Amino acid sequence: MSGYLLRRAGQSAVVLLGVAIAVFALMHLVPGDPVRLALGTRFDQAAYDALRERAGLDEPLPVQFLGWIGSAVTGDLGVSFRSGEPVTMLIVERLPATVSLAAASILVALLIAVPLGTLSALRPRSFVDSAGTVVSQVGISVPEFWMGILLILLFAGVLDWFPPGGYVPLSEDPVGWLRSLVLPALTTGLVSGSVLTRFTRSSVLEALGADHVRTARAKGLPARAVLRWHVLRNALLPLVTVTGVQLAYLLSGVVVVEIVFAWPGLGLLALQAVQDRDYPVLQGAVLLFAFVFLLLNLVVDLLYSRLDPRISA
Amino acid sequence: MSAQTPQPAPQPAREGARQPVLSVRDLRVRMGTPRGVAEIVNGLDYDVHPGETVAVVGESGSGKSVSVMALMGLLPRTATVTGTAEFEGRDLVGMSDAQLRTVRGNGISMVFQDPMTSLNPVLTVGRQITEGLLAHGDLPKRAATERAAELLGEVGFPDPRGALDRYPHQLSGGMRQRVMIAIALAGRPRLLIADEATTALDVTVQAQILELVARLQAEHGTGVIWITHDLGVVAGIADRVLVMYGGRCVEDGVVDDVFDAPAHPYTRGLLGALPARLGPELDAEEPPELVTIPGTPPLPTDLPPGCVFWPRCPVRSDPRCEREQPPLLEVSRPQVGGRPAGLPHRAATWCSEGRP
Repeated sequence: MSGYLLRRAGQSAVVLLGVAIAVFALMHLVPGDPVRLALGTRFDQAAYDALRERAGLDEPLPVQFLGWIGSAVTGDLGVSFRSGEPVTMLIVERLPATVSLAAASILVALLIAVPLGTLSALRPRSFVDSAGTVVSQVGISVPEFWMGILLILLFAGVLDWFPPGGYVPLSEDPVGWLRSLVLPALTTGLVSGSVLTRFTRSSVLEALGADHVRTARAKGLPARAVLRWHVLRNALLPLVTVTGVQLAYLLSGVVVVEIVFAWPGLGLLALQAVQDRDYPVLQGAVLLFAFVFLLLNLVVDLLYSRLDPRISA
Repeated sequence: MSAQTPQPAPQPAREGARQPVLSVRDLRVRMGTPRGVAEIVNGLDYDVHPGETVAVVGESGSGKSVSVMALMGLLPRTATVTGTAEFEGRDLVGMSDAQLRTVRGNGISMVFQDPMTSLNPVLTVGRQITEGLLAHGDLPKRAATERAAELLGEVGFPDPRGALDRYPHQLSGGMRQRVMIAIALAGRPRLLIADEATTALDVTVQAQILELVARLQAEHGTGVIWITHDLGVVAGIADRVLVMYGGRCVEDGVVDDVFDAPAHPYTRGLLGALPARLGPELDAEEPPELVTIPGTPPLPTDLPPGCVFWPRCPVRSDPRCEREQPPLLEVSRPQVGGRPAGLPHRAATWCSEGRP
């Protein structure tokens, strides 16, 4: 098991390095000079050169890259061109908002997807199945920003149950945190949940048709036991993978939803960095997203080998 | 009893005048499909006595698997089952699912064709045996585990206790089928249904499994329904054989009677399609040509109006064949001291004499 873990971690590190190189190269290939942008209207050649030198932008690219990646390993992602604050700090500040939203969204998604997908699979072409299909098709098709706006109009505007936007840190006010979380989490959760519902349905349907389910029924097991241990237990496997991918997506910042709800997450941070050509922040954010993605994939793989004895290390 | 009435015989082959463990009468299965109503099983009558092996043979699509799945209530909801199937005096047809559940894996067990897919890949062998035991009796968990190990020993695992913690993928096909048999035996069934249970196995393993089932059957007096399309298996293990075609029994009787003097053109075709393994043909310069039955079985949504075999029949010696389904009639009956004894040999055909 530990050999497998090491091998997978090694692979992930190589991929991460590749991502780092790609991000770094891309930043320096796109047109637009960040130093000019940082100086704005106060441009003069001396200040320009000074800032270039301070930011290390006058060094050859490989040197710049090695310097950046070297300190990135120690957790130092450089300093924002824009604000002068350490990138690591900017990211850490945004982390609680993003993690809260991602966790709450995936919870909403699973709470919708698992029961609805299972029921649909158990009674194909029934009312539940047809309704589930329509709802999840709508959920997949409706743009998140529009869904968010509709939810705000109804629950914040008309009913006034939840705030229309903004983030309240958990440490400040747990109730306020929860209330601020409901609408954004519902928005992303409904979309993710729609995808997962379709997936759960097909996964359970496939598991139901397996020969071993017939064996289980022929044993005289109660229907509940057949469903729990021979259908859902097996349908869970592919669902774990998709849930992992969804969670990684949510953790990489859901930009549109963050804009609609003025949610100070990583998505907004990255968007702002793009607009400002704030290389260090953008590089740091993208590297973090890649890291989160790889880490979640690793976790999913490990979970998989725990859940499915055929894929043991 | 008139020889002209299609009636099942009252006496078992071996066991004297004991009651049959299973008695099937006019069993029919219909299923709604997008292409119309499929008539998959169209009136089956047979008995299985304790300790007896009844082989059900036929091509794929002849309804043999569906007919036993119907007994177990394992067909999808779209299927309608009519007729009666008395198991130890209780009619299985029309039993509620809860009632059937007490019979499945307890009174009647099944072993399926493909041991690769018939076991749950993510649960241990031990767990898959004990869950059946726990579902049927108020056995404590420890005792169930003990019993599971005992069963694995019985079906020939050299290290039954160690095998409890194995997963199916760690076992060979033959060993997996032994696990299936252990699961089937867990409830001490009076009837065991083997649905192509050796088809997916190679020949040596097949022989071991057949031997194992025969031994267990002799020990426990279990009635066995063995579904297969392998006539070699039928000759080797069965007391009686029931030939199915288009959802009907076209011929049945004691294996030797049927194999020695097949009455129905279909049975003759099946036996004729067996490659000759013995005899002078093997010494000949050219091996004998493989004989096949031309055509394909009828679709259950589109059965012929007359004899189900008519479209493929090489004989067609009676004009009624095209329009009427011939009834299952007695062809011969073993005689003991000048009196009929044992089971009759029956066939649903008017073409017995017109052998091509």
